[in-house]
Amino acid sequence: MATVSFKDRNLLAVIGDEDSVTGLLLAGIGHVEHQKKNFLVVDSKTQVSTIEAAFQEFTERKDIAILLINQHVAEKIRPTVDKYQQAFPALLEIPSKDHPYDPSKDSVLKRVQKLFGD
Amino acid sequence: MSGTGPRENIFPTRMALTNTKLRLKGAQTGHSLLAKKRDALTTRFRAILRKVDEAKRKMGRVMQLASFSLAEVTYATGDISYLVQEQAKTSSFRVKAKQDNVSGVILPAFEVERVQGSDFNLTGLGRGGQQVLRSKEVYAKAVETLVELASLQTAFTILDEVIRATNRRVNAIEHVVIPRLENTIRYINSELDEMDREEFFRLKKIQGKKKRDADASEAQRIAAAEAGLAENIEIGGGGGDLIDIKDQDVIF
Repeated sequence: MATVSFKDRNLLAVIGDEDSVTGLLLAGIGHVEHQKKNFLVVDSKTQVSTIEAAFQEFTERKDIAILLINQHVAEKIRPTVDKYQQAFPALLEIPSKDHPYDPSKDSVLKRVQKLFGD
Repeated sequence: MSGTGPRENIFPTRMALTNTKLRLKGAQTGHSLLAKKRDALTTRFRAILRKVDEAKRKMGRVMQLASFSLAEVTYATGDISYLVQEQAKTSSFRVKAKQDNVSGVILPAFEVERVQGSDFNLTGLGRGGQQVLRSKEVYAKAVETLVELASLQTAFTILDEVIRATNRRVNAIEHVVIPRLENTIRYINSELDEMDREEFFRLKKIQGKKKRDADASEAQRIAAAEAGLAENIEIGGGGGDLIDIKDQDVIF
């Protein structure tokens, strides 16, 4: 709902492949607190359940304002991503180096298209 | 006429009629206000939709650029990802939420807040330091775009929800509350009319009855008067006048 507090949310979190995470960390979004990172590196060996767990954790944390997720990673947990409707944290699908951005797969853009379509 | 459609369970009195009329007026005002709110929100929503669409496409380009600069870093320095991941301690790139009010709906807007951090200062010390620095800047720019997009998207999500809720309310008032109040008013009116007719009929009936009673008592009176006359005559004939009768003298 619109009334949830978003004053304390000031971190960004990221789930993505090595390069995306490295770049974003270079920009300075990395935050480690009590051994808990706000980023997850996904490679070909990462289990889907691990991604799901990280997604759940990041969406439930109270200090994260924006959650960035690589589109090809989001594709792996698409049902969970599509089900996610909350305003906070804002979920953003970003392109990665190896996977160019496909607007037709984005869960938000899909809704946008649907609304424009009618 | 009355009794069709749902109505409120209310006792049909004039006061209830006044109350219901007031409530109908309130509902109509509320309906028009909500409709206005919906229109304002929808206008805003359309604008945001367009912006989201644009920003998403822009993001694709920006991220491509950023990836490219990281590739340069990798080429010059070698793989730094492990180093960077291990060095990340406190974020120097944060966001701050500020509020934006659109006809009573609070939309958050994220603002970039950068603190000068000392992370990764030594990265690329040997070689490729320039590339690392440049990459940092490019990525920071990219993240700024992302933050902008995130605020738009959050506004989109919230507005979407609020518009739905407002639509539901508008429709509920239009199709449920107002018809029900109208039905109630119609019901009360018809009941009151019915009561009026009953009252009129009752008065008529009473009048008729009174007239009949009056007639009856008049007739009785006349009858009684006639009978009384006859009686008087009889009394006059039978009794005689006491003055006319001469009493005998009384002798002691």
